[in-house]
Amino acid sequence: MTIRRHHDMGGLDAGPVETTEHDYAMWEKRVDAIVKVLSTPDRKLLSTDELRRGIEELGPGVYDELSYYERWISSATNLLLEKGVITVDELGTKMAEVEARWIKDREAAE
Amino acid sequence: MSHDHTHEHDHGDHPYQPDIEDFPFTERMVMTQAVAELIVEKGICTADELRQQIELMDSREPGLGAKLVAKAWADPAYKARVLEDVGKAAAEIGIDIGDIPIKAIENTGDVHNVVVCTLCSCYPRMLIGLPPDWYKSRAYRSRTVKEPRKVLEEFGTHIPDDVEVRVHDSTADLRYIVLPARPAGTEDWDEHKLAQLITRDSMVGVTPAKSPEDL
Amino acid sequence: MNALRYTPGDRVRVRAAFPPGHVRTPYFVRGCDGEVQEIAGTYPNPEELAYGRDGKPDVPLYRVSFRQSDIWDGYTGPADDTIVIDIYEHWLEPAE
Repeated sequence: MTIRRHHDMGGLDAGPVETTEHDYAMWEKRVDAIVKVLSTPDRKLLSTDELRRGIEELGPGVYDELSYYERWISSATNLLLEKGVITVDELGTKMAEVEARWIKDREAAE
Repeated sequence: MSHDHTHEHDHGDHPYQPDIEDFPFTERMVMTQAVAELIVEKGICTADELRQQIELMDSREPGLGAKLVAKAWADPAYKARVLEDVGKAAAEIGIDIGDIPIKAIENTGDVHNVVVCTLCSCYPRMLIGLPPDWYKSRAYRSRTVKEPRKVLEEFGTHIPDDVEVRVHDSTADLRYIVLPARPAGTEDWDEHKLAQLITRDSMVGVTPAKSPEDL
Repeated sequence: MNALRYTPGDRVRVRAAFPPGHVRTPYFVRGCDGEVQEIAGTYPNPEELAYGRDGKPDVPLYRVSFRQSDIWDGYTGPADDTIVIDIYEHWLEPAE
């Protein structure tokens, strides 16, 4: 079998290169910082190759649907769950708290 | 989970606040915030450390790479050291590239180099900052290895047939920076002035350096 | 660390293997012949690191140069155009 994995795209046909770009948003920089800090030699909670493996395992649909740093945080979060650094319950509770806080902050600002 | 309002920075009691440009916020933005807060609460790292890491990456921009290339243009002995070991050569001018090795490849009259990472988006971020969107795009990653000349034309770069196009697929432990060719008419320029000719794109290899008349 | 199996100038063939997990050898170059250009050091094995292990023993990494026309049928550019790819030793075998 000659399996070509989805992320391994060298040589495939694609449209012209769109040379547009955007400035990174603060949340994207934060994803980057989370990954770098977790992978320092004294922590080694993540490695670049684990992060890549996790991104590849998101599957073709999700890979294309998510932006670059969306893929990174998805993979990093899965790895933290796998390794028991955080639990599903902690993550769900914290996400609900963050969302509620942001909505409240926004409403307070109006 | 989508909101279309802006947000004021009016609370100081949380480690992070979403930025105005971050709205409307998405599930992954909330996830990012949640993970950041959880790892701080668990004592895995401090909020300061995350902030410092963001500041470190904000300080990484093409001007650093341009400084290195300009010095290499001006000083052949330094260029030899850059080609030998970018990390050591960068340290000489006060730039710490961290622990991921970077290799410099030189454009000459006979060879034009261009860098891509077909498997993800490896990039010499410590020397020229985070990559532009096009570097991470499916089109660039797919096509650069197979039809590099066509891709270069899309950046407005025409390479004559008697110049070899050498593509570097940066898929493993090395990152690559291209030393663009020094433009004619700059013989008496100092490093500071030369650096103005050296763009991010020229250090990825999709364009040449600017010429004096571009300034 | 074992002796390096290849030196610059050696003709090598990239293994035509297609494992389903995390590897760093691009699909398009598997089975192709090229020439070792440079030894790029030794590194923990990414195929091990990807699954949370320590990547030991380290594996040698080579910069291997390929002629574009040896990789792509109908490459349209000049015959001298090349591509250089970083490939770990266990993905290489001597070319015929």
